[in-house]
Amino acid sequence: MNGHHWVRVTPCDSIPLREGRVVTLGGRDIAIFNLGDRFMATDNQCPHEGGPLCDGIVAGDSVVCPLHAWKFKLETGAVERPASKHECLVTYPTRIEDGIVVLGLPEISTP
Amino acid sequence: MRTRLVVVGNGMAGMACVEAILKYAPCFDITVFGDETHVNYNRVMLSSVLAGEKAADDIVINPLEWYQQRNIQLHVGVRVVDVDPVAKTVTGNDGRVTPYDTLLLATGSSAWMPRIEGLDKDGVLVFRTLDDTRELIRRSGPATKAVVIGGGLLGLEAARGLQVQGCDVTVVHLMPTLMERQLDPDGGHYLMGKMEELGIHVLLGRTTVAVLGNGHVEGVALSDDSCLEADLVVVAAGIRPNVELAHKAGVAVNRGVLVNDYMETSSPDVFAVGECVEHRGVCYGLLAPLFEQGKVLAATITGNKGPTYTGTVQAAKLKIMGVDVFSAGDWSEQHAEPVRYEDRALGIYKKLTLRDGKLAGAILVGDISDSHRYMEWLRTGVDLTDQRRHLLFPPPAADVGLDVAEMADGATVCGCVGVTKGAIISAIHDQGVNTLSQLKEATRASTGCGSCTNLCQDLLRAVAPEFEEEVKKVMCGCLPFAEDRLRDILKSQRLKSVQEVLEIYGNGQGCEVCKPALSYMLDMLWCGDHDEDRSARFINDRVHANIQKDGTFSVIPRIRGGVTTPDELRRIADVADKYHVPMVKITGSQRIDLLGVRKEDLPKVWADLDMPSGQAYTKGVRMVKTCVGTDFCRFGTQDSTAIGIELERRFEQLFTPHKVKMAAVGCPRNCAEATVKDIGLVGQEGGWQVVVGGAAGKSVRKADLLTTVETSEAALEASELFFQYYRESANYLERTYDFVERLGIEKVRKETVYAPDAVRQGLRDRFSRSKARAVDPWLEGREPKHPTQFIPIQSLEKVRA
Repeated sequence: MNGHHWVRVTPCDSIPLREGRVVTLGGRDIAIFNLGDRFMATDNQCPHEGGPLCDGIVAGDSVVCPLHAWKFKLETGAVERPASKHECLVTYPTRIEDGIVVLGLPEISTP
Repeated sequence: MRTRLVVVGNGMAGMACVEAILKYAPCFDITVFGDETHVNYNRVMLSSVLAGEKAADDIVINPLEWYQQRNIQLHVGVRVVDVDPVAKTVTGNDGRVTPYDTLLLATGSSAWMPRIEGLDKDGVLVFRTLDDTRELIRRSGPATKAVVIGGGLLGLEAARGLQVQGCDVTVVHLMPTLMERQLDPDGGHYLMGKMEELGIHVLLGRTTVAVLGNGHVEGVALSDDSCLEADLVVVAAGIRPNVELAHKAGVAVNRGVLVNDYMETSSPDVFAVGECVEHRGVCYGLLAPLFEQGKVLAATITGNKGPTYTGTVQAAKLKIMGVDVFSAGDWSEQHAEPVRYEDRALGIYKKLTLRDGKLAGAILVGDISDSHRYMEWLRTGVDLTDQRRHLLFPPPAADVGLDVAEMADGATVCGCVGVTKGAIISAIHDQGVNTLSQLKEATRASTGCGSCTNLCQDLLRAVAPEFEEEVKKVMCGCLPFAEDRLRDILKSQRLKSVQEVLEIYGNGQGCEVCKPALSYMLDMLWCGDHDEDRSARFINDRVHANIQKDGTFSVIPRIRGGVTTPDELRRIADVADKYHVPMVKITGSQRIDLLGVRKEDLPKVWADLDMPSGQAYTKGVRMVKTCVGTDFCRFGTQDSTAIGIELERRFEQLFTPHKVKMAAVGCPRNCAEATVKDIGLVGQEGGWQVVVGGAAGKSVRKADLLTTVETSEAALEASELFFQYYRESANYLERTYDFVERLGIEKVRKETVYAPDAVRQGLRDRFSRSKARAVDPWLEGREPKHPTQFIPIQSLEKVRA
């Protein structure tokens, strides 16, 4: 896969349905969400005041930050609420291989 | 002597007709025979009784007093078996012979029984009467397998009702489309999807050939050689007019009793109304025609012949909550222009047919909000050429009153009972009607199927001078129901999981507003016996601690009544040291808060504390603050610490609509501020004052006096009644001070401490049931709900930073 370094992270069943969990990979805290038919991954930190998105309530294919209820589209990382904000979460592609959630990190450029 | 009118049939058609007759000058001595043992009830609502949404008492139309006040002789439980048209008498199955001058047949219809072998077996039932309904309820339950023969309106309503009663239900339908008399194949397909979403199995294009079993039903055999297991078989294959008596009375009968436009039969002494008649080749099985026929018949029979009955636009609405289906008129596409809309994801299908620029028929599945507009177009036959672009979606109204203002005075508002806008307006003006229930009483509008309720409300709003709107805020965009309605739905439909509710009644997704609210409602309604879904809970209720701004948590152990011990304090201190707790704080609730604990440390912290959760993180019972009471205080008159500890012990671990903070004080000096708590016990010489609805937060409110009692046990009991009443009746996130203020303390008293014994017992029972299932959530530290409940995920593959 061009531009992605794929990492085998965790068995699918370690993340309950419609919940998120955090994993630290290469110094980044990444939240992975189980949406039933697929898994989605974004940066864990809310751009507002740093709330842990892995602890948010999943609303369809969005997540709501537990601290001040900012709401993000998991697909794009875009802020849905408040409407005036245009911050964006970094998102990560995922796929499932043999019951394992595999996550695509941006390719690490070797110096 | 006045003319003797004998009415055979005590159902909706007969009594609606009698009501219409009574509007004319009195000319009859009326005797009514009904073969059911009940007074007249709303048969249309039987499916709501079966589905647990209504009690049998709720659907009574004419109570016994109604008959008495009108000097009507009522014989219930007597079936008229014979008519002698020469002697002019009827004979009941009790042998009684009753003479008549005029006979009114309102014998209705019976379930049509198809030719299926074994229909005589025990466990084969029909669904026509209140007794049938009760028998169905009696025989249903979890693990009961039910087969409904017939996928028409009645069959489907029976199927859903049985399912709500716990049965595993399969509908077997002869035709390739459900409700094929009301729906085209596409509409039927959408309906089928909705029924299957509810968990009802549907088999189409199959005939039942035999009911199997030895004496009792064990299954059914189908035309495709397959068999279904069944403990219960409900036959809902159609209805047949009851015409035997008409035959005996010597009047002309085809499929039904033949009547002309004046509602006359072939005999001048015999009349007929309702489902037993055939008018212009049509036998009706729905509600609206009964009322229209009854009015015309009343004019004719009282010597005011003139009005004519020319037929009714057939319209039907499926009464299954969450499955909206409406059909009216002739929706076949022959020689008609169809206009359609469909959205598979939302499950919405709409089709209109037009002929010569006029509406001919309509089918709505999934969204029937416009059904009233279409009915009016069908009734009036208005030319729609100008509105062609807005047929399926009306242009937004310029102002809210416009819709009703635009209606003509002669336009029908309630199609079931036949009440016009003009009639409603004169009731408002002449009879001082201001509320919906007064309007129902005065005009009977919206007492049939109830689909015109909103329109009636709109009219009241526009016309009634003192109309007070019942403000009903809906839960949120995901779930467009007011909360009290939602509680009714969850209860009557026996829904036990948040996701199930969202899928059937909402958008399937939910949000941070409705999910925790539904979680609470389900826990409360089923007294803890629901399907707990942690993903629908706020993080605090997933890990049983209060999330802080840096993502760490605060831990507050339970210190009942604010009374602790040196050992507990030592353990708290040790925990604070061991886990490097950044802040230890005495709270305003007489407790100790350990702030800044990492999520993964929570289970260990709880284990080391060895104290139960103080639940300072949830919408639930927080604490009971106390003063030192009688043990040490010079002024104390009551033992406030003991009662405070007991109160906390009784209520702890229960969820509430919002947090509940309590206090008990030993004298009116009120050192623990009981008068600004959700529930406060204020000791005084000789007893306790129980006060509720106090606040000292965002708003400050002095609590209202609920009751004054003499003993501690009575104080605890009164508190318990209020507590459970608040749990059951408040909206989610409504604090007691808003709740008490909204209802008024008089109403709260009436429904709690002054309520009838049975009501109080009910509150206590449900409270006890909830309490019996409640546990200390910190026990999950030892046995997590999920392996990763408290710990972050460790990646299988490592990545260098």
